[in-house]
Amino acid sequence: MTNTLHRYGKSESFRDDFILFCIPSPGRNDQGAVDKQKAFLRICAKHGPVNMGNGNRGSFRPERHLDPTSHWKRHLDPDWEGVISGVSKPGTVAAVFDTREKAEACLREVKEADLGLSVNMSTSVSGAKEVAESCGIARHSVEYSLGFADPHDHLPNSQVLGLSTMCGHGMVSFNMARKMLDMVREGRRTPRQAVATLARFCPCGVYNPARAMRLLQEARKQSG
Amino acid sequence: MGAIYVDTEIQRATINQDECVECGTCLRGMSQEHLNPTMVRTVRRLARMFRFRFEPEPDVCPTAAFVMNDLEMPRLIRQIFSDPVVEHKSTGIKGRGTEEVKTNDVNPRVTEGEVGYTIEFGRPGVGVRFRDIEEMAMELAQLGVHFEAKNPITHLMTDTATGKLRDDILGEKILSAIIEIKTTLDHVEEVLETVERVNLRIDTVTAVGISTRCDDRGEETRLAGLLEELGYGAERAKTNMGLGRATNLQAA
Repeated sequence: MTNTLHRYGKSESFRDDFILFCIPSPGRNDQGAVDKQKAFLRICAKHGPVNMGNGNRGSFRPERHLDPTSHWKRHLDPDWEGVISGVSKPGTVAAVFDTREKAEACLREVKEADLGLSVNMSTSVSGAKEVAESCGIARHSVEYSLGFADPHDHLPNSQVLGLSTMCGHGMVSFNMARKMLDMVREGRRTPRQAVATLARFCPCGVYNPARAMRLLQEARKQSG
Repeated sequence: MGAIYVDTEIQRATINQDECVECGTCLRGMSQEHLNPTMVRTVRRLARMFRFRFEPEPDVCPTAAFVMNDLEMPRLIRQIFSDPVVEHKSTGIKGRGTEEVKTNDVNPRVTEGEVGYTIEFGRPGVGVRFRDIEEMAMELAQLGVHFEAKNPITHLMTDTATGKLRDDILGEKILSAIIEIKTTLDHVEEVLETVERVNLRIDTVTAVGISTRCDDRGEETRLAGLLEELGYGAERAKTNMGLGRATNLQAA
């Protein structure tokens, strides 16, 4: 699963996109991993994430029993506790931060907690290196994204790609991202409403609402 | 995928079953009301008749109409590779790949001087048929690369020496899949050149992740330097911070 690696954008555009995730390795350190993953998420929750997820659900979640009046009062706030208590088996858990400072403070505390699980950071190449150095961590391994190759011209414009690729599993469709861009441009939804709509489709909780908000606001006055 | 459309003959939203990759997003990602379908259609028709803009919440299905198909092989393979909350029995983890270098500190897969590749097809948002994945796998196999044994695509190969996949799944469309291979540093250029060349023949998009081990000081310049030399700009990366260790009783 490379669901955080291939996000569309230049290095500078990841200035508000720092994902920390922890993952056990089956047969090596998965015994007792559920409690450790919950501890990891609790540490993350203290440092002001913009999203969190446990592999089954993110902190923005679809609702199963709306009624017609709820169109005017949708939930727009993240639910951290639901994500933490929902960890039921070893897997990947993640938190997304919108500043380097928050991610750095969180990683420092995770390091001190010494959970024994693998911890990865997904962001710009330089961003992760600087955070690691600041925390006194020697990076172990690195996987570079070489971006998307599209020789048959299937992909939409950069604004749609920027929004949709933040769910690396592809659950935020191009059509939905395009629709949200249009609705925000035409004043039919606020950026915050649009972002919550997009984030609900990402079951892993790695969608970055803060970056999406910025991209939507930038796109408001720009053509695609 | 654009698999859902309104069939104007029957006046109903319809799913193109050939394009649908069984990702479950329509069912899982949409919020639901449980309104009467006749009432919903009547309101929509009235609004259309008077040219009213009908603007419901874009992520709400008013009638909770979606249900998952009962899936059997070979169609089941679509869900396995498209729905991220379905666990691969072959890997024990959710998603289309494996641990890659995310657990390289605990379970060494890529060591210094080695290079791991995740060659992903169909993402973002385009999808891919297994026959296209096979075409790439068979070309890569000719380079003598090592296919990662714990990768779901490798499990579907009938012959890992040639990269041949099972015949019964070749026409199935999925959201994405990852071929995972490993070489030494001196093969990077020919692998990346092969991926680019084959991508011209297969009607999908690809995304390559390329990984290696850092040195004891946490530095990595060999692969990064080579990529720059070859003209590949790496803007983003996933970095294993090296905080993991074996803690299971039998593994420690």
